[in-house]
Amino acid sequence: MFEPNLYFWLTIAKFAVIMTIILSVAPVMAWVERRGSALLQNRLGPNRIGPFGLFQSICDAIKFMFKEDPVPGHVSKFYYSLAPVVSLVPAFMTFAVIPFASSIEIDGRIFSFQLANLNVGILYIFSIASLGVYGIIMAGWSSNNKYALLGGLRSSSQMISYELSLGLSVIGIVMAFSSVHLNDIVAGQGEAIRQLGPWALPEWLPIPKWGVLIQPIGFIVFLTAIFAETNRLPFDLPEGESEIIAGYHLEYGSMKFSLFMMAEYTNMFVASSLITTLYFGGWHGLHWVLNLVPVEGLAREWTRIVLEMAAFFLKVGFFMWFFVWVRWTLPRFRYDQVMDLGWKVMLPLSLGNIFITALAVYYGWM
Amino acid sequence: MLVKPKKNFLQRFYLVEVIKGLGITMRNLLFAPSVTIQYPEERRKYSERFRGMHYIKATNGVENCTACMLCPTVCPAECIHIEAGERPDKEKYPVKFEIDVLRCCFCGMCEEACPKDAIKLSTIYEMSQTTRQVYEKDFLLEQRGNK
Repeated sequence: MFEPNLYFWLTIAKFAVIMTIILSVAPVMAWVERRGSALLQNRLGPNRIGPFGLFQSICDAIKFMFKEDPVPGHVSKFYYSLAPVVSLVPAFMTFAVIPFASSIEIDGRIFSFQLANLNVGILYIFSIASLGVYGIIMAGWSSNNKYALLGGLRSSSQMISYELSLGLSVIGIVMAFSSVHLNDIVAGQGEAIRQLGPWALPEWLPIPKWGVLIQPIGFIVFLTAIFAETNRLPFDLPEGESEIIAGYHLEYGSMKFSLFMMAEYTNMFVASSLITTLYFGGWHGLHWVLNLVPVEGLAREWTRIVLEMAAFFLKVGFFMWFFVWVRWTLPRFRYDQVMDLGWKVMLPLSLGNIFITALAVYYGWM
Repeated sequence: MLVKPKKNFLQRFYLVEVIKGLGITMRNLLFAPSVTIQYPEERRKYSERFRGMHYIKATNGVENCTACMLCPTVCPAECIHIEAGERPDKEKYPVKFEIDVLRCCFCGMCEEACPKDAIKLSTIYEMSQTTRQVYEKDFLLEQRGNK
């Protein structure tokens, strides 16, 4: 006989919270991007509806929902309708394995703040993330339009080129923490660095063992590759506004188009969480506040969880803003430059990074 | 001739330049004032010589125009149509004074040609209409400026 206990309800609540966060990322980021870009360019941006124009996204959503949804006569209808869903679902699925706080003990069971505690962690993320490109290729191909096809082609070659250096740059992290389990990687980043090359650091120096500090080259390669993976500027060639109009989503309108936008922002969110988890210590960083508040027992545990979540989402928020910031700073690369960068710079760099990391691990420098 | 500026290693390395660029955009966000004019509340201030919507100047409620036909003659767009008439005191006046504003190119030559200071271009620039309007005499006689 199944009896729902606290653990059960907490799990349901966890799912609800995560889904709410992921679904509300797109409208909030749409607002951040519009206001942010406006402020970066000395404009004001949408400021009419609600405080600071915050309700603009709601109006946009209502508009998207009630707009006519025409399907052009020349498209392949089945794949045309399937493509937005195929690009959105992997974006949602990826977040499942990312730990946004450590675990807590409830009814004698460990309750972890992560939707699925997979032991293949990173591998799962890469396998799902690479599915996202199918939506874009499907959209480009089924639209039966030259520009859309070009966009789909560009995105497929770009994704494949950069996925290589993306995966290889993470190998460094996997070697440094000797685990593909995201929980282990985050837990490992909570420790302090004791070793700088062959020299031991003094005990009192509190430098956290964050990925960005022990894998600086890997971090730069990963950051660049993840921009290319999420199709954000300076690598937004699949959209290429000035060259191929809107690229793969050229033939889409109303809610189908907005699904593509949601997929983009959700991908951004997942990418930011990945950067945070792998290179910026995940949920570490705000534990010192715990010593300031006078709470004991279970309340203290929950305070710890709240602080961890706050630290995680603050870091994620910063990287979300970083995506917007970079978008309005850098111009788009030319296509051959993108390929040059991917194959001639990023790939050797990430391979070199693996080599150096291997040496460091072999000599016990890490 | 295409001149490629020489770049040193740091510039070609690109990463430093990216960070500099991020600094520039952040400086714009934090310190540069916004140049937006919030239109319905704020309006751009144009010069007094701005050539906008037409009007016919009136003195003591009577239009200055004597239907001398200089403005339709000089008008390059041929948008002014005047029919002259005579007042009881033998004064010539325009019975009809129409400006097809869709044809008007706002060159202001009518204003220059007018010997009686009658036709004027005001500073009003919000002239969009839902119909193809021809400005009639009654409409033009509203005093829209102080020229």
